[in-house]
Amino acid sequence: MQQLTNPHEYPGKLIVVEGIDGSGKSTQAFLLQQWLQSKGLRVFFTEWNSSLLVKSTTKQAKKKNRLTPTTFSLLHCTDFADRLMYRVIPPLKAGMIVIADRYAFTAFARDSARGVEPQWVRQLYSFAIKPDIAFYFRVPVDISLARISSARAQLKYYEAGMDTGLSKDINECFRLFQGEVIRQYDLMTPEFGLQVMDATETIDVQQKRVRAIAQEMLADYHPDGNNRKQTRAREGGSHV
Amino acid sequence: MSGEVTSTKKRFLGLGLPYVDQEHLLGRLIVIEGSDGVGRSTQIRMLRNWLEVQGAGVVETGWTRSQLMSHTIDLAKEGHKMNNVTFNLLYATDFADRLEHELIPALRAGFIVLADRYVYTAFARARVRDTATKWLQNLYGFALQPDLVLYLKARVDTIVNRILASGELDYWEAGMDQNPGFDPYDSLMRYQRKLLREFGKLAKENNFHLINANRNIKSIQLDLRRAIATHLGWTLTDDVLLPNEMAGGAPALATA
Repeated sequence: MQQLTNPHEYPGKLIVVEGIDGSGKSTQAFLLQQWLQSKGLRVFFTEWNSSLLVKSTTKQAKKKNRLTPTTFSLLHCTDFADRLMYRVIPPLKAGMIVIADRYAFTAFARDSARGVEPQWVRQLYSFAIKPDIAFYFRVPVDISLARISSARAQLKYYEAGMDTGLSKDINECFRLFQGEVIRQYDLMTPEFGLQVMDATETIDVQQKRVRAIAQEMLADYHPDGNNRKQTRAREGGSHV
Repeated sequence: MSGEVTSTKKRFLGLGLPYVDQEHLLGRLIVIEGSDGVGRSTQIRMLRNWLEVQGAGVVETGWTRSQLMSHTIDLAKEGHKMNNVTFNLLYATDFADRLEHELIPALRAGFIVLADRYVYTAFARARVRDTATKWLQNLYGFALQPDLVLYLKARVDTIVNRILASGELDYWEAGMDQNPGFDPYDSLMRYQRKLLREFGKLAKENNFHLINANRNIKSIQLDLRRAIATHLGWTLTDDVLLPNEMAGGAPALATA
């Protein structure tokens, strides 16, 4: 199970956006999706925490603040595994472009910042498949905080890392916790070849670069004909 | 001295819980492993009573009983929508919840924790299902190494008869997910045989203390008490081993 470091063999393409809350990654993912669809490509969008299997447990446990760093990590991994199996791999097999808002790297950054062993959580996710591109939208904590504050009234408990007890003040805790998350993202950038994006740039400037990088990656992507034949050949081969 | 529980240095099976202080876990973690139907819960009830008579504090814990996950696991079982990875992750989450909210606090307070099954159950089940064992061992790397593992070992016919008599045979117990197209009885036999084989290997790899569970309840109980008393450094006198209801009918120690 070392699939996260080896290229996948599905005919589809997997594009991942990563970054802390308020980095603008979801906006960039949405604009990329619009563009790809306008070119007639079949795009499937999926985001973290959307699987039914553990949704209610996560919600309930978050309410009671019962989660420890380890159970937090395991619950999210369960959710991820479920999502990978039902929402990511089937569209990739069908030759679609999958855009994932957050992926395993979120867990590596977030869970390590909470204090679990970085090596443990990497092994935990070793069943995940390697994205064709993983964009990392890098933004200073203060900008992310300002963006979130302008969008909604309050920071969320786990988003601010209040469970870590780094600070009693929620804004200060967010700064300290997300600062550590950023440090963890930086550490894994060379490890997993993350495509670092300057998320302090304007939306359109970033999107231009996102599209250019995506276009280059999609040069060998042929959603019709060729890929389908290849898939059939592979499936036939795997039964031998 | 009987009743006394001296502390041991605890270790983790793998990478552990870096944010948990493992220096002050004073109690002992004693695991009772064994297939379904070997009578674990009866034996644990008697052990608990015996240990408490000796003056030791006891906390019991089971496999898949945490407040956090029981409901989700039941749901997932009903829907059969789990694959091997999510199945194992759900069990591991449940176990981590109990480990951190029940086991570790109890050990810190100096209790003897009697665990009705432990990670080895997950290992055996996963090996039967061909789940990547390396991945699973890393997954449970956060588990504490038990101080003592008592393995109630029984023959497959003993186990299968007890499962059938209990009336609790269901899809998972019969290992139907492993044996599509089999009838429940054949599937059960096949699954339990495989499980026993894997438990046998785990017993060797992890130095389980073997207890022959094909015998009557009292003989098994006496062996369990002897193993625990020896482990705790208690003197093996009849006073220590047979303080209660067992005293009358149990076989004499010298010949048992």
